[in-house]
Amino acid sequence: MKENPNPLSFQARIDPDDFLPASNEEKQSLVIMRESVSFWKDGVRRFRKNKVAMVSLAVVILIMIFSFIVPFFYPYTYEQQIRGSEHLAPMEYSEQEQELRAAGEHVFPHILGTDKLGRDYAIRVMMGSRISLIVGLVAAVIILVIGSAFGSIAAFFGGWVDILMMRVVDIIYTIPDILLIVLLSFALKAPLEKLGMMPGFGWIQLLGRNLISIFIVFALLYWGGMARMVRSQILTLKESEYVTAARALGAGTARIIKKHLLTNCIGTLIVTTTLQIPSSIFTESFLSFLGLGVAVPMPSLGSLASDAINGINTYPHLLFIPAALISLIILSFNLLGDGLRDAFDPKMKN
Amino acid sequence: MFKYILKRLGIAVVTIWLIATLTFFLMNMVPGGPFLSEKAVSPAALAALEAKYGLDKPLLEQYVTYIGDALHGDFGDSLKQRGRTVTSIIASKFPVSARIGGLAVLAAFCVGVPLGCISAMNRGKLGDSIIIVLATCGIAVPSFVICTVLMYTFGVRLGWLPTLGLNSWKHYIMPVTALAFYPTAYITRLMRSSMLDVLGQDYMRTAKAKGVSQFASLFKHALRNAILPVVTYLGPLLAYTVTGSFIVEKIFTIPGLGGEFIGSITNRDYTVIMGTTIFLATLMILMNVLVDIVYKLVDPRIKLK
Repeated sequence: MKENPNPLSFQARIDPDDFLPASNEEKQSLVIMRESVSFWKDGVRRFRKNKVAMVSLAVVILIMIFSFIVPFFYPYTYEQQIRGSEHLAPMEYSEQEQELRAAGEHVFPHILGTDKLGRDYAIRVMMGSRISLIVGLVAAVIILVIGSAFGSIAAFFGGWVDILMMRVVDIIYTIPDILLIVLLSFALKAPLEKLGMMPGFGWIQLLGRNLISIFIVFALLYWGGMARMVRSQILTLKESEYVTAARALGAGTARIIKKHLLTNCIGTLIVTTTLQIPSSIFTESFLSFLGLGVAVPMPSLGSLASDAINGINTYPHLLFIPAALISLIILSFNLLGDGLRDAFDPKMKN
Repeated sequence: MFKYILKRLGIAVVTIWLIATLTFFLMNMVPGGPFLSEKAVSPAALAALEAKYGLDKPLLEQYVTYIGDALHGDFGDSLKQRGRTVTSIIASKFPVSARIGGLAVLAAFCVGVPLGCISAMNRGKLGDSIIIVLATCGIAVPSFVICTVLMYTFGVRLGWLPTLGLNSWKHYIMPVTALAFYPTAYITRLMRSSMLDVLGQDYMRTAKAKGVSQFASLFKHALRNAILPVVTYLGPLLAYTVTGSFIVEKIFTIPGLGGEFIGSITNRDYTVIMGTTIFLATLMILMNVLVDIVYKLVDPRIKLK
């Protein structure tokens, strides 16, 4: 800076050097080297690095395409019985189909063979995994909604509300689930059937009452773990300054819970929900195997395996395909959940 | 401590009562009755049968009578299996299930704990990776899949083991293996992670520094601390073996309590449904309470709430 000759002068003390164009060095200091990383970007970055999780995500997407999109283009349907082609081995043609082929017509091969009623097995497996996936996803959403609402209300109000609500969770947690599921699916049969006859409730018939009773069971019994998880998170979060600030600005309880508390434990919510999917699929296959799952002719992976048991000596592939697929689905959802946990909720590890 | 046990037992009693009540009204919601499937029962005979077992009274009265009797230890007679009390049915069927379940728990514990330790001590090596992959897959496979694969390979293809019934020790191998599969995989994973945690602790380094042999440090210091999470898992594990045995009993046609339970529901044998539900629920809940108490006794660091 140049020294002004007269310190008492009222001339503005401006240094012309300050108005020179910035040099490259100076510009460099203002360049943002790395963009500020948001919670999502950080998590996605960590998730992408995890090879096992990426592979399981790819498998999950592949199975979804296989079970939701492929059936639309498939030439057979899951309930269509083809006379004369019962019990075909994979890629085998029945006599009629061979005649058709000899006549120059194109017959789509039974990739996985057919079952004892002449139904194409590949499409039945696809529909079965569709049911399993639907059960897993819907049950996870039900549990997410009920569990997070219950847990956050208990934690936010505290005091006797908390004690009372957590006792309810304790009791639900100790109820042996399978006993009640078996009973409930029997007991809900008739009322749901009656409801399905009424106008406006035709969708019950479409879904099958067993499927709905499975959802009801999940909604009644399985949200305890989620509620506990959310409660413990919110107990610490509700002491944060931003909650006090929100309250000072006049936000209501519902808004604070929805906008501030639940959004801040989103990592836990995602992870717990994802890990819930495989266990719901597990339970559904167990029920279908016992004959309490979806209604015939709708297949589920569990009921396909159950049907194939009697023919295990002669047609083992009918058993092994759905069995392998259900294991693959559960495995890839488990690994996906683990990967999500490592990426979005590092504190929860172990 | 005393207060804690009392609280847990209180919750257990409430839960059991809740389950009994729920079961009672749920099973009465199921259409059909216990005497409908029998051949051509005349209306008069049906009324007489219903009167004999008190089924003609209002539901609430039946409920009060039942709970009163159950509190005195009387679970009634089976409606379907003439001349047998529910207690005698449970007493004859439960040992079968308990033997298979107990053996499975034992096998899972004896295989899972060493596998988990080996895996943790060889962290990052080939053996560790193999064990992890196996355990991860083991958790994903439902029990009916394992049952059927075992049955196909050893029963049908190789013919080494008998597939049905429960007459000799050979009959036990497949059901117990199938039932132990999932818990073994789970215990292995649990043991590995808790062992890794313990091996990184300062006291392990101290033990090594003062010259304790590897054997002693492993068994005296590491294992005793690392096994605690496995102990807590024993409660849920019991619940799993009870419910898992439904499937195993169905596939291997074993005359156990799981099959009896499913059968009683399809037959609308009300008293047997109630009896088995209350029995199994009580067993599972009490085992959970017991495990929690033992856990807190074993590990003084855990405060009783």
